[in-house]
Amino acid sequence: MRKGMLAVALVAAVGTACGGEHSSGSAPATVRVDGSSTVFPITEAVAEEFQRVNRDVRVTVGISGTGGGFKKFQVGETDINDASRPIKDSEAETAAASGIEFIELPVAFDGISLVVNPENTFVEHLTVEELNAIWRPGSTVQTWSDVRAGFPDRPIALYGPGTDSGTFDYFTDAINGDEGACRADFTASEDDNVLVQGVAGDPNALAFFGYAYYAENTERLKVLAVDPGDGAVAPSDQTINDGTYRPLSRPIFIYISTEAADRPEIQAFVRFYLENAPDLVSEVGYVPLPDNVYRMALERFENRVTGSVFAGAEPGAAMEELMGG
Amino acid sequence: MSSTILESPRAMEGGTAAPDLRRKRMRSWREESIKAVLFLCALLSVAVTIAIIVVLVKEALTFLQSVNVWGFLFGTRWTPLLEPRSFGVLPLLGGTFLIVLGSALIGIPIGLASAVYLSEYATNRVRGIVKPILEILAGIPTVVYGYFALTFITPLIRIVLPGTNIFNAASASIVVGIMVLPMVASLCDDALRAVPDSLRQGAYAVGATHLAVSTRVVVPAALSGVMASFVLALSRAVGETMAVTIAAGATPKLTLNPLESIQTMTAYIVQVSLGDTPVGTVEYQTIFAVGMLLFVVTLIANIGAHRILRRFREVYE
Repeated sequence: MRKGMLAVALVAAVGTACGGEHSSGSAPATVRVDGSSTVFPITEAVAEEFQRVNRDVRVTVGISGTGGGFKKFQVGETDINDASRPIKDSEAETAAASGIEFIELPVAFDGISLVVNPENTFVEHLTVEELNAIWRPGSTVQTWSDVRAGFPDRPIALYGPGTDSGTFDYFTDAINGDEGACRADFTASEDDNVLVQGVAGDPNALAFFGYAYYAENTERLKVLAVDPGDGAVAPSDQTINDGTYRPLSRPIFIYISTEAADRPEIQAFVRFYLENAPDLVSEVGYVPLPDNVYRMALERFENRVTGSVFAGAEPGAAMEELMGG
Repeated sequence: MSSTILESPRAMEGGTAAPDLRRKRMRSWREESIKAVLFLCALLSVAVTIAIIVVLVKEALTFLQSVNVWGFLFGTRWTPLLEPRSFGVLPLLGGTFLIVLGSALIGIPIGLASAVYLSEYATNRVRGIVKPILEILAGIPTVVYGYFALTFITPLIRIVLPGTNIFNAASASIVVGIMVLPMVASLCDDALRAVPDSLRQGAYAVGATHLAVSTRVVVPAALSGVMASFVLALSRAVGETMAVTIAAGATPKLTLNPLESIQTMTAYIVQVSLGDTPVGTVEYQTIFAVGMLLFVVTLIANIGAHRILRRFREVYE
């Protein structure tokens, strides 16, 4: 019995050593990506295709959230950060303190969509003022009739992503004017699939989440048009791309550290990303940027232009202006 | 050499041959070292407890420098991550309380009833089947219970009561009740079996029915163990984390309605720990403040259990 156990232990030890030998012996080039769960589907699709073509490069993609990913990015633990919102000033400062500079590249559009249950036949669009009245901190809106006269007197059930989500940050910034300013009594979940289920089962529900999750569940949800003051526009690939779906269409980004940008595998990966983004982004359910914006992004990367132009930009500002300027 | 023989107490008892002496000293040294190792192990648990308390208290005190104590303990609005910020912890306490109440309503009666059946009525064969299954129930990871609640129990509740939120306290309570059920059943079973048979025989002798013997003689005789199991179950429900995080929601609110989404202290700690809150901010310190509160609540529950155990204990010859 004892000799048998000794033999098993020896084999296990040798096996582990061999396994270790294997991975450290060939030392593949690695691209470490982490960050937003919103951007994750795109980066994951790109990584899959990239690794199929370049078998000697390993790409790891994590989902720590935009902020969680930046924390790692700031100290050099990752090469690229997926972000569903621009980098905050405080995050940029901490990175600079560690000697990390970054290149900011938009990779796709996401349109934050307001959805209701398909049985809800009385609402087709909401104005930004009405959305603000519903979602602002201390809001007293409890029924649909509080939203607009003529709506039935049914209780309104609110769903949305939680405070860790970049979607939440952007929505509160665009609708309530202040990132993080929101009423406290909505049902929050980081998992958008749970929100879809919640709305699909509740005729009085109203939720906001990324367009991709609506696009995957069109038969269970009804999307509303948003009126920023000059006409209601419903989200679609078209309106998100050309910027007419305002103010809730937002760019999502990847941030690359300048140190990493000097490595050949990172350069190959980023070029592959920007070249294949138009196809892969649509496949995954997001909205691709206009082609010239991808070209401008590639130029930014090749010229190693650092710093952020999107941080502090108004939601809904034109991309070409921001990037060209 | 001879003085050493006299000093060593073990050598005094046995013989005085020279090889024996070395063996005896070695044995004495070995005994002492094993005793020291065992003592260190016991000391380790004390040291870890003290370390945890020190960390919690330190950060909680820093937190209380920026937040008023009364506002924290008695405020009714908990929005540390939303603007405008508010740090009244009562909604989290209320959420935890709601879950504990619900799980107690499910786990305790069924657990006690199972224990009574297993110890008083069941044949050895039935016992041999049911007890291991109870053990399996206790061994299922809590995160699995959480997903079971969210994907199976909540839709069932929504069929019966359509106004139910996708996150609700009811399905989390049901699942936590199922989780504490084996603990209650097992501990009560042990307590009931420890009651001497002479009590049962005496009751039968005066003409009591089986049911009367079980419920009015045996259970009261085992009361201290039974109550201790209840308090342990409540303690477990207070500290339950993954099931409530997944199934009960993330909306702190003071309510007794089990069909709404609430947030417990444990679920809040998970939410902030997994998020992107920067270290050193007030939001970060709320983790420790709520953790400290959780620790205190559990401590009070455990002390209560100890007191109850002592008060109701019956000593049998």
